[in-house]
Amino acid sequence: MLTKRIIPCLDVRDGRVVKGKNFKGLSDVASPVDLGSFYSECGADELVFYDITASAEGRRLFTQILTEVASKIFIPLTVGGGINTLEDFGRVLKCGADKVSVNSGAIKDPQLILEAAKRYGSQCVVLSADVKRVDGSYHVFAKGGREDTGLDAVEWIKRGESLGAGEIVLNSIDTDGVKQGFDHQMLSDVCGSVSIPVIASGGAGCIEDFIELFKELPFVDAGLAASIFHYGEVSIADLKKVMAANGIPARL
Amino acid sequence: MIAVIDYGVGNLFSLKSSFAALGLEAVVTSDPLVLAKADHIVLPGVGAFGDAAEKLKTSGLWDVVKSEAHCGKPLLGICLGMQLLLEKSYEFGQFEGLGLIPGEVKPIADKLAEKDASEGSSFAADLKIPQMGWNSLIMTNDSPIFKDTKNGEFMYFVHSFYCDAPAENVTSVCEYGAKLTASVQNGNVYGCQFHPEKSGPAGLRILSAFASL
Repeated sequence: MLTKRIIPCLDVRDGRVVKGKNFKGLSDVASPVDLGSFYSECGADELVFYDITASAEGRRLFTQILTEVASKIFIPLTVGGGINTLEDFGRVLKCGADKVSVNSGAIKDPQLILEAAKRYGSQCVVLSADVKRVDGSYHVFAKGGREDTGLDAVEWIKRGESLGAGEIVLNSIDTDGVKQGFDHQMLSDVCGSVSIPVIASGGAGCIEDFIELFKELPFVDAGLAASIFHYGEVSIADLKKVMAANGIPARL
Repeated sequence: MIAVIDYGVGNLFSLKSSFAALGLEAVVTSDPLVLAKADHIVLPGVGAFGDAAEKLKTSGLWDVVKSEAHCGKPLLGICLGMQLLLEKSYEFGQFEGLGLIPGEVKPIADKLAEKDASEGSSFAADLKIPQMGWNSLIMTNDSPIFKDTKNGEFMYFVHSFYCDAPAENVTSVCEYGAKLTASVQNGNVYGCQFHPEKSGPAGLRILSAFASL
């Protein structure tokens, strides 16, 4: 059976992972290569590397790091952050990324989804959306969740799917960082009827949050989180065991 | 030396790195002479069947791959590369394949609909296409590339079409509503629907076993 995926997300700035501590046996928790290897060995099903660098120098370093990660870690790698053009897709795919996540870049130019899907295949185009409740509806936010685009999230996700996105990451700004569980209501309302894989993000605080997510929302294919993994609050190995014990298909 | 065929389709970086991690020399190439000199050939591929077949023909490698395989050289097709080994594909039209393995490439959706019709299930409605993620192998026939692989090991799949091949050529399947072909073999020609280069240590063991043929 196809398993539910667990995906740690690593924010990288100037070649270093931004968050991270409490890793037993890891001398340098800020090294994307070491942390990536650590997660891969713990059973992470996929890794997301998010480039939060603004400078050209930082971007160059990121590309270098990505190449190093991809030459040592043999599980799927998704790369996001600063993807605005087809050239950006090419740049990270050439360094060993398998999928590319677009967010603000696709909001500015939705055709980017179509063009990238045509050139590289839908399987490598991930549409990531930061969504927040505004006046009773769901709005898509750009620029790392700082700017309300006014776009209706349900419409946006549908549009992304029809333009050729191969996967959706839905990040709830409302539950992000709250650690009280994933945003089930938003996930159902926004992604309940899409026919491509859905990755839930925002709100996980403990193992049970993932169990509830997969039990209650069968259309969700994967759970993504950052700090709870980086700070050691949830161990991926333990999480996988509990998933299996609860009858949720997991890769052990 | 292992030759990884570069015909402008797919991410070859991981494949090359995987062999490097195993301490094996792999050359990414579109040169027929290099293919002729290689001990093993890997045919990768992502995207659509028709485009890929066309690119392989335009690059002049279609016949080279066939003749090298006919001479008995170990050949491994991965993902779309495996599908190209079969006789025919129905992905966005009808296309001729390399014909190195009997069988045809068909939509997963059709297979699920067929099963639903006969069993009253609702897989076609419930399961997403493509199958994307980790699924476990159910071994159906012995194959030397699985000499270090256990039944039930997880591999990473991304595909919307599957290989409908004779049972004697299918070496493993995975369960996705129906049993979908996960790997095939016909003599010295091998195919994996999943990506061994993206399937962690378990995948590397398969690449290593292939390279030791």
